[in-house]
Order: sequence, then structure tokens, then C-alpha cells
Amino acid sequence: MNNIKQIFFKGIIKENPVFVMLLGMCPTLGVTTTAYNGLGMGIATMFVLIMSNIVVSLIKNLIPNKVRIPAFIVVIASFVTIVEMILEAFIPFLYDQLGIFIPLIVVNCVILGRAEAFASKNNVYHSIIDGLGMGLGFTLALTVLGATREILGSGSIFNLVLFGENANTILLFILPPGAFIALAYLSAIYNKLTLKN
Amino acid sequence: MQYLIIIISAIFVNNIVLSQFLGICPFLGVSKKLPTALGMTGAVTFVMTLATMVTYLMHSYLLVPLGLEYLRTITFILVIATLVQMVEIVLKKVSPQMYQALGVFLPLITTNCAVLGVAILALGMEDATLIKAMVFAFSNALGFGLAIIIFSSIREQLELVNIPKGMQGVPIALLVAGLLSLAFMGFVGMV
Repeated sequence: MNNIKQIFFKGIIKENPVFVMLLGMCPTLGVTTTAYNGLGMGIATMFVLIMSNIVVSLIKNLIPNKVRIPAFIVVIASFVTIVEMILEAFIPFLYDQLGIFIPLIVVNCVILGRAEAFASKNNVYHSIIDGLGMGLGFTLALTVLGATREILGSGSIFNLVLFGENANTILLFILPPGAFIALAYLSAIYNKLTLKN
Repeated sequence: MQYLIIIISAIFVNNIVLSQFLGICPFLGVSKKLPTALGMTGAVTFVMTLATMVTYLMHSYLLVPLGLEYLRTITFILVIATLVQMVEIVLKKVSPQMYQALGVFLPLITTNCAVLGVAILALGMEDATLIKAMVFAFSNALGFGLAIIIFSSIREQLELVNIPKGMQGVPIALLVAGLLSLAFMGFVGMV
């Protein structure tokens, strides 16, 4: 039981994919202009991560070692295509907002990284927990970054206006440079908090 | 003139790293020293141009006629992975010197989202042709090169500076990238 807890929580804090391992930086910086977009991207990635972890751990003994990476990529790409179609059909608004970053979930290093480092060595149950933990860690990081940028840049959170219509906001934070700067300070804060413990 | 606009807009105005956020992983990962940044630029330029050519041809002559556009993501990523592997083998035989310079960077490129991103973006260009797509890919690779070379030069200097403990490493690198991106915003409106 303790073991399961450990697998689950390590993705959220100790090995957070964004703040600690610096994986999947492109969607992290690219789509987080609002908290909603960050959350949507995080959930889409989490779905692909969990599904590909399941499939990879099921077929790990069937794939020859030499072609395992291409095989993993095909598995991941299939699930990304599924997500792309679902989003286009049911949440077209989010599909337009995320744009090119949806097909680019394929090359998100978090997913291939977990397939290679965890799912190809562990059983299905543990792989699901690992995918869930890592996915939640990624979603959390994206939502926090998106919320920070949305509050500072447009004075709202999840499209709820916080400071009134005519508030002076720091427009820079919803522009590209703001993504780098916001993440820089967030990871500095993260470092400060974790270094103490 | 048309090509000039594509080139300038890809290198400066819509810089692939600093304003489109593609290829951030190599941008942060291999930018600690200038020589490695140069090597990565060479490898990316080569693979990106070649990959866009192949994926463009596959999309217009295979996927579209057969009505299989939804297979785009899978096809493209497989093409890129195969291409990288092939380039590695060919380079090893044909030019060992070049292989030594670029070899270590080649496997990293498969998961470089800039390559897949540019291949997909090239399909969305206005009245796209093969030449246009290749010019687009090549100039995007140059834009990647410009950004990573400036960034790595600054990071080499950063090693000598006293930085507060919490800001060391990643945070300060991201902050530098943010300022660079701010500087590149000055080009907006040029094209």
C-alpha cells in the first residue's frame, strides 16, 4: 500500500515533470495563456499518458528490445489521434485554442519518458497509478502557470473577472515573454519550498 | 519577394522558439555551451528541411488522395523517426567528420517538437508549394539556430555571475529566455 502511495505522489511533487524534470516544456509554455487552456491541455496529456502506459505495460514482453521506441511512439500517436478527434468533435473551442499543440502531444517527452522508464518495466496496475500521478503533476503545473498568467495578464481566473472590467493588468503575461518569466519565478518559488524540506 | 517575407517572418517575427514555443527542450537542454548549440543547429537544419520535404510530399500525394488525413500525426512522426535513423546511417558512411559533429544530437531530434511542428505548420501555409514549404522549414531552422546561439552565449557568461540560490539553474535560464523573447517582440510589425 505504501508503495502505491509512493508511485502516485512522486509524480506530483518529488519528480514533478515540469518543475523538476523539465519535460514537456513546449505545451507548458505555449498554451498556458489561461487557466482553462492549461487544465484542458493537462487533462488531454494525462489521458494519453495513462492509456499509453496501460498498453505499453501490456505489450512490453511482445516487442523486441531494438524496436521498442518506434513501437511506443506508434502507441502514443494512436491515442493522440483519438484525443484530437474527440476534442474536435465535442470541445471545438478548446481544439481551436490548443491548435498545433494537440498533435504535438506525441513528442511530449513526459509520455515517452514514462513509457520507457516505468511502464516497460512494471505491471499494468502500477503503470496506471504512475500515469495518473505524473499526469496530475503535469496538469497541476499547467493550471497553476495558466492561472498565474491569466490573473496577472487579463485580471481573471477561469474566465471569472477578478478586478473589474477596467483594471490595469500586465498585458505582458499573456504574451510569449510572459510565459518564460512567469515559469521562471514559479520554479524559483518551487525550488525555495522544496529546498527547505 | 514572397520568399523573403517567409524567411524574415520565420526567423525574426514569428521565431519558432521565442514566440511559438516549439523546440524548447533542446533550447534549454543543449544550450549550456556554444559549440554544442552550433552542432544542434546543424542537425536540426538538416533534418527539419528534409523531413518537411518528405512529409509534404506524403501528405499531398498519399494521405489527401486516399482521404486519410486523420493519420497525419502517426505518419509524420514515423517519417521523422525513420528519417533521423536513416540520416544517421548515411552520415556515418559518407562523412564521418560530420557524423562526429552531429551524431550525438541526431537521436534527440526525434522528440524535438519543432521538427514535427514545422512539418504540420508548413501544410497550413497559403497556397503552399513544395519549394515554399522547404524554404519555410529552412528559415525556421535558422530562426531556431539564431535563438539557441544567442541564448547559449548568454548562458556561458551566466556561469561567472553570482546568482541567488533559488534562482540558480533553470529559473535564471528561463528568465533570460523571457528577456530574449521580449527583445524579439520588437520585430513584430516588421512584415
